[in-house]
Parts: sequence; structure tokens; C-alpha cells
Amino acid sequence: MRAPSSDLPITLKDVSVVAGGASIVDRLTFEIAPGAPTILIGPNGAGKTTLIRLAMGLVAPSSGRIDWAGSEAPRGERLAMVFQRPVMLRRSAGANVAYALRDRGLDRRRRSERVSDLLRRVGLAGFERHPARRLSGGEQQRLALARALARDPEILFLDEPTASLDPASTKAVEDIVGGIAKSGIKVVMATHDLGQARRLGGEIVFLVHGRVVERAPAERFFRSPDKPESASFLRGDLII
Amino acid sequence: MPDGASALQLVLGGDPTLYSIVRLSLIVSLSAAALAAVIGMPLGAYLALVRFPGRAFIVVLLNACMGLPPVVVGLAVYLLLSRSGPLGFLGILFTPKAMILAQSLLVLPIIAALTRQTVEDLWIEYRDELTAMRVGALRRVVTLLWDARFSLVTTLLAGFGRAAAEVGTVMIVGGNIEGFTRTMTTTIALETSKGDLPLAVGLGLILISIIVAVNALAWGARRLGEIRAG
Repeated sequence: MRAPSSDLPITLKDVSVVAGGASIVDRLTFEIAPGAPTILIGPNGAGKTTLIRLAMGLVAPSSGRIDWAGSEAPRGERLAMVFQRPVMLRRSAGANVAYALRDRGLDRRRRSERVSDLLRRVGLAGFERHPARRLSGGEQQRLALARALARDPEILFLDEPTASLDPASTKAVEDIVGGIAKSGIKVVMATHDLGQARRLGGEIVFLVHGRVVERAPAERFFRSPDKPESASFLRGDLII
Repeated sequence: MPDGASALQLVLGGDPTLYSIVRLSLIVSLSAAALAAVIGMPLGAYLALVRFPGRAFIVVLLNACMGLPPVVVGLAVYLLLSRSGPLGFLGILFTPKAMILAQSLLVLPIIAALTRQTVEDLWIEYRDELTAMRVGALRRVVTLLWDARFSLVTTLLAGFGRAAAEVGTVMIVGGNIEGFTRTMTTTIALETSKGDLPLAVGLGLILISIIVAVNALAWGARRLGEIRAG
């Protein structure tokens, strides 16, 4: 059951964010439209997380304008986000997913079925009654994905979801994210991991100092980046 | 220790006077703690989550009210409920209802202030997640109170402990009427002044036992809950 309202495309026009006198995002113009996954890469402090928060409507710009499908405020019903360190509610894994389903207008039986479906989708079948906070880091991240999917999103923001995971957990999360993207949900993900960006990326957005340096299809970006900063970053040089 | 032996005889012998006093004390203190919780927990959560002009003043005032002198609360409630007072028409002065009301007012700031602190701390942890999920204000309050439930048990215990150990307020608004508004603490005060120590010592033992038992039960429930909920 899909809600009719949409927040896509999300358009940022000349957006800046200044915090504590420091410029986090600098006159950024950017559009997020339906399609292949958008992967945000860049050094620490590039503004990846802030860009995601701006698009989610969690942070207000200091200047500039954002609109969500032409509206000044997001409807938000179908925007979902997974944080680098997701916070699990102090209840079972199933109850965490059910919490996000509460507004979906499902009766108890259908909600329970949906919870089981979502947990199965992220490889946590049978974990319904397991305390969420006792899951491993990788399992918690997958549970956070199930909770985000419970919102039936049209766009899913992921803020470095595998930053503190081991390779096996990272692969599990990447497989789920790949499946989500194939199902038609727009994925916007920030990552430090260039290999991951190459594996998942439909398009790459390379950010430095709160500005987009280059935006290109992943294959082309990694093969022959247009900008010297991009090439330097791909070589592993420090970007200061 | 002849007084101690007599006190134990009273306690173990099931003295009806003694147990009617214990029953009334429990009814008054538990009702007061429950009433204060029903009002104080949502109030504390509201103060934790909502920003408005004058909030800091209210928070400071609430924290200061945790140390309210019981006799002052008793006097205020007495003036409210006395025949010429604004609530005199209720006709509940010198009844257990007045004692519950007075103790609730005494306990309310403790529960509200401790709830505010607990919920505010949890909100720092949950803010991004609940905001991203577009959780509305009322549901945030319910979610935070539920997820802070194990910490809030301690808050409830603090409130119950304050009510159960309190003597000045119930003495003023209850009148310490034998068989009607006499509680453990007022009886202990009265019997000690009369020199009837066995009853006072017996009630003291029961009071301490009740508080220890309630705390032990709450601790056990909290541990069990934490294990189950993670």
C-alpha cells in the first residue's frame, strides 16, 4: 500500500550551512531524483552527512532554498534514513520494526506478518522476540534497514551504514542495499569506502569542503575523473 | 530489650490495630505516589521535550520543590481544604483523601523533576532516530516514557519512599485520628511521645521492612525487564 504523496525530486538551490562560524555546506546546488543509487563520497568534513540531513529535512539551511517536489517542507511519509550508529528502541527486534509500521493502518495480524517479512528480507528471520540492543552491530544495522523499509520509502538515505562493521556484515548490508535499489527505491548513501562506492554506485557525487567537486556515473568517475581533486582523492592523497 | 520483644510480639501476633494502621499507610502512600506519577511523568516528559519561554525557570522551580518542607505543604493543603478555604466545599479535611492529596503534592515535584532529567537524557540519544521517523510529539512522549521505564521505576520508588516516610503533612491534614487517619509515621511519633515504645518500635520495623521489600521487588522487576528488553 503506497501513499500517494511524493517528496521527489528534492532540489537544493544555493544552500549553505554555517555552524559555529564554520562553513559546513557552501552554496550547494543539487538535485535528488528517482533513479540509480547516488553515492556521496569525500574526505571527513566534506559535508556528506549534512547534505543527507538537509535532504531529510532534519537540518535547516543557513541560506539558500530546498524544496521537496515543489514544496517548501517535506511531507516526510516516505523519506527514511539509516544512521551510522542506529539507535535501537529498548524492545524486541520485532517491536522495533512494528514501531515504524504503526502509522501504516495495518491490523495486528497484518502488522505481525509484515514484521516477519521485513526481518526475513534483511536476514533476521526468527529474531522477532530477540532484544534489539543485544544484536551485534551488523545485525542492528540490518534491523535499522528493516525499520526504514517499514516506512515504505520512496527514498532511503544511508549515512555510512557500514563504517564500523566487519567485512561479512558489510557485505550483508551491501547486498540488502543493492536489493533495495533494484526494487525501485531511490538510495542516497554516504560512504568513505571507495570500493563500496564502486560496487553500489549508479552515480558518484564527490564533495570537498561542502561543495560538489564532481558528479558523474560511477563507472566513468572511477575510470577517468574530470577534476584533478577527484583523481587525487582516488589515488589516496590527503585532500586538505 | 523488653521493648524490642514486645514489638516483635505485636508484629508477629497479628495485632489488628497495628495492621489497620499499616493498611491505611500503604493505601495513602501508594495512592499518593500513583497520583503523582500519573501527573508528574507526562509533565516531566513535556518539560524535557518542549522548549518555551520561562522553561528554565520552571525547571529550576521544580528541582527546588523536591526539597519542599512537608509541614509547609501540609499547611498549604490545610488552608485550601479548611472550611473557609477555596476547596473547603469538598469536605475532605481530616480524611485519608486529604492525606493522599497532600502527599501527592509533596511527591509530584520529585517524580516530575527526575522524569524530566531521565527523559531529557534519553531524548538526546533518540532525537535523530525519532525525528527521521517523523514521530509526532505525543508519541515521542509515550515512546520515551516507555523506553525509560526501568529508570523511572527508581523515580517511582523515590516518590513512594518520600510519601511512606513522611509525617508532618499527614499529621496536619489528617489529624492523626485513631482508626481513621492514623498512619505508621504519625503513630510512631505519637506513641513515642507517650512512652509506648513497643508499638512505635513494631511499626518502625514494619515500615523499614516494607520499604526494603518494595525496593527489592522493584529492583528484581527492573533487572528482569532489562534482561528481556536488552
